[in-house]
Amino acid sequence: MEALELARWQFGITTVYHFIFVPLTLGLSVLVAILQTFYYRTGDIHYKMLTKYFGKLFVIIFTLGIVTGIVQEFQFGMNWSEYSRFVGDIFGIPLAIEALTAFFIESTFLGLWIFGWTRLPKAVHLACIWLVAIASNLSAVWILMANSWMQVPVGYELVGGRAELADFIAILLNERLLVQMPHTILGGFITGGMFVLGLSAWMIIRNQQAEIFLKSAKIALVFTAVASLLTATTGHDQAQETVKTQPMKMAAMEGLWETEQPASFSLFAIINQQEGTSSREIRLPYMLSVLAHNNVTSEVRGMNDIQAEMEEIHGPGDYLPPVAIVYWSFRIMVGLGVLFIIVAFWGLWLWWKGKLQDHRLFLKTSIVMIFLTFLANTAGWMVAEMGRQPWVVYELLLTADGVSPSVFKNSIWITMIGFTLVYGALAVAAFYLVWYFGKQGAHEEEEGVETNLHTY
Amino acid sequence: MDLQTFWFILIAVLFIGYFFLEGFDFGVGILMPFVSKDEVDRRVTINTIGPFWDANEVWLITAGGAMFAAFPHWYATLFSGFYLPLFLILLALIVRAVGFEFRSKMKERWWRLTADHFIFWGSVLPAFLWGVAFTNIVIGLPIGEDMNFTGTLPALLNPYALLGGLVSLVMFTLHGAIFLSLRTTDELKARVEKTAKLMWIPVGVILLAFALLGYRQTILFEEFGIIPGTLPMIAIVSFLAVIVFMSINRFGYAFAATGATIVFGSLVVFQGMFPLVMPSSLNPDFHLTIYNASSSDLTLTIMSVLAIIFVPIILAYQGWSYWVFRERVTRDAIPRS
Repeated sequence: MEALELARWQFGITTVYHFIFVPLTLGLSVLVAILQTFYYRTGDIHYKMLTKYFGKLFVIIFTLGIVTGIVQEFQFGMNWSEYSRFVGDIFGIPLAIEALTAFFIESTFLGLWIFGWTRLPKAVHLACIWLVAIASNLSAVWILMANSWMQVPVGYELVGGRAELADFIAILLNERLLVQMPHTILGGFITGGMFVLGLSAWMIIRNQQAEIFLKSAKIALVFTAVASLLTATTGHDQAQETVKTQPMKMAAMEGLWETEQPASFSLFAIINQQEGTSSREIRLPYMLSVLAHNNVTSEVRGMNDIQAEMEEIHGPGDYLPPVAIVYWSFRIMVGLGVLFIIVAFWGLWLWWKGKLQDHRLFLKTSIVMIFLTFLANTAGWMVAEMGRQPWVVYELLLTADGVSPSVFKNSIWITMIGFTLVYGALAVAAFYLVWYFGKQGAHEEEEGVETNLHTY
Repeated sequence: MDLQTFWFILIAVLFIGYFFLEGFDFGVGILMPFVSKDEVDRRVTINTIGPFWDANEVWLITAGGAMFAAFPHWYATLFSGFYLPLFLILLALIVRAVGFEFRSKMKERWWRLTADHFIFWGSVLPAFLWGVAFTNIVIGLPIGEDMNFTGTLPALLNPYALLGGLVSLVMFTLHGAIFLSLRTTDELKARVEKTAKLMWIPVGVILLAFALLGYRQTILFEEFGIIPGTLPMIAIVSFLAVIVFMSINRFGYAFAATGATIVFGSLVVFQGMFPLVMPSSLNPDFHLTIYNASSSDLTLTIMSVLAIIFVPIILAYQGWSYWVFRERVTRDAIPRS
């Protein structure tokens, strides 16, 4: 493999890994804050036990999110120096703001929250976890602003071979950001919600503090139900936006080679990128037109047309993303998204019927959902990032032109293997810890008595 | 003052803040295996920086982000040029954070021993490598016409840069020892105080060697001649004050003095480089300066407004967190388990 391919693999591995932990912290931070708010408002000691139980798991996951995040920030410069030079004037702003407005709050107030149970007044201590939750989600906003600009560059002008800022407001209000940000964050909320639901279900099945964990299961159910519905609607908005701004990505998501009017939605296809065909297709007529434009008869453009158009504008080249991966990632994401809605509303219905704690099939299904949320998140990012290829900044900079010329193959082999091994070991350790502490259940608490003052 | 100068200063402040803050928590991580006589001591030592180390590290992340935004070419050249050393720093920071957070989660001996190694090596490596990196920056690197580093790894491991690494390593360790003396009690406190006093002369010798060789090896003192000027003098006086304060048992002042040594020592480096950010050893025309490496004025203006609003707020709440946890960590405070 050449340096470019290796750098891409390394970026892919480290990003996917980072994004296992991030969505979970987005949702889980909010849920821990909600649990502690219940404790603060009701004084029910059970909520305090749940806060500490999920709080402990949150810290384990958060740690991995942080350490893999530092790698991400450095990696742009390390492996993608020419990309960094090209985008720095714009891309650097949200990154720097993220550090200034989110990372400092997260790290300082998480420290205060972990160590502050006895030192801080109850209300101040509660405010600390809310600040952590808000800052975590705020950091998602900033990094998605950076990513949205790579998807749909706005508010720039090309000066001396790089993109320079021309209109900051345009970047803040990038249409892509307004659809991508809620969709991603809500996906994180589903992840956090299913995590709390699944672990609670596990405890209920084991009949271990079932009465306590029924409370967290109910909170998680409401949270997940709302989040899963909104994820679907914002996902729809994002797809419609993609039709307009990145037609190639949309065509790849559908395996659509030729322009169709009206366009049908593909349920199944075997994609052959070399020949440019999709075979053994199952298609729903009119559906893609409806989804893309809210209109039964509208046209949706196919990859062959868009390729020809891009060649006219950017010169000869292959402007197709890896179609099969994008096509199937999209289906996995959407299919799982629908499944999450079904599971959440199934749970709400069982709760209404008063059977939530006894329905073993539902409880077991909830546990499985924990794992599927990660798959859905990863698939979603594969669509977004691989669907943009071969561009790193859509229609402005090719991925191949962004790589560091001074970093050679051998160096990347070393770092790629190094990161993969360390990340692998950390994944095992984190999974084990979550399982170990998950199984232990919540620590019994007494009102007014704080035990874990120094947790390290 | 133009925007580029303002941002050069701000990035210098972020790195210096990072060295001051993470400097002592690196020091604590390095000293932890040596000053602790048992498991409880080790936990006390780690808990002295428990609520702080993560926020201290954010100074680095912010410096990186600010560099990316304000001087994209500096960021790109530096990070791709120092590819493998940065990889080691990243690995170290990863295992260090995991060491802190996961250590007390399991009681098994091998688990805690592994965490101790993570914390120790995760502190030693960056403490050393930051010195190597910044020394290399000031001596100048083979940077070509396209602004990219053209050298190889061995070029970064020259003797003077390694000495620079030793300087940051021992200085952070001393800084950490004095920090520990402020955060611990009884026997552990007595041990770290003794360690700090014993370290002072060897650290001084290393610092002196580095400074004297600096006349020959770097551009830092070109403008000054033999008498190095105000900033280095303050750094030297601060370092001398460290032993004076320690000998009269005023460790709070001694901590301020090691802090001042780090701050003014680093200032010498940044002031000596200005207005260059990465001198090229190949050709003066290839130097990266605050002007040819910077972002557009619009970007710098927006960033300036944000920095002026947010940096004071950050300092306020970070300072508050130190105030909340101002009490010393005692052995009794460690849960018996």
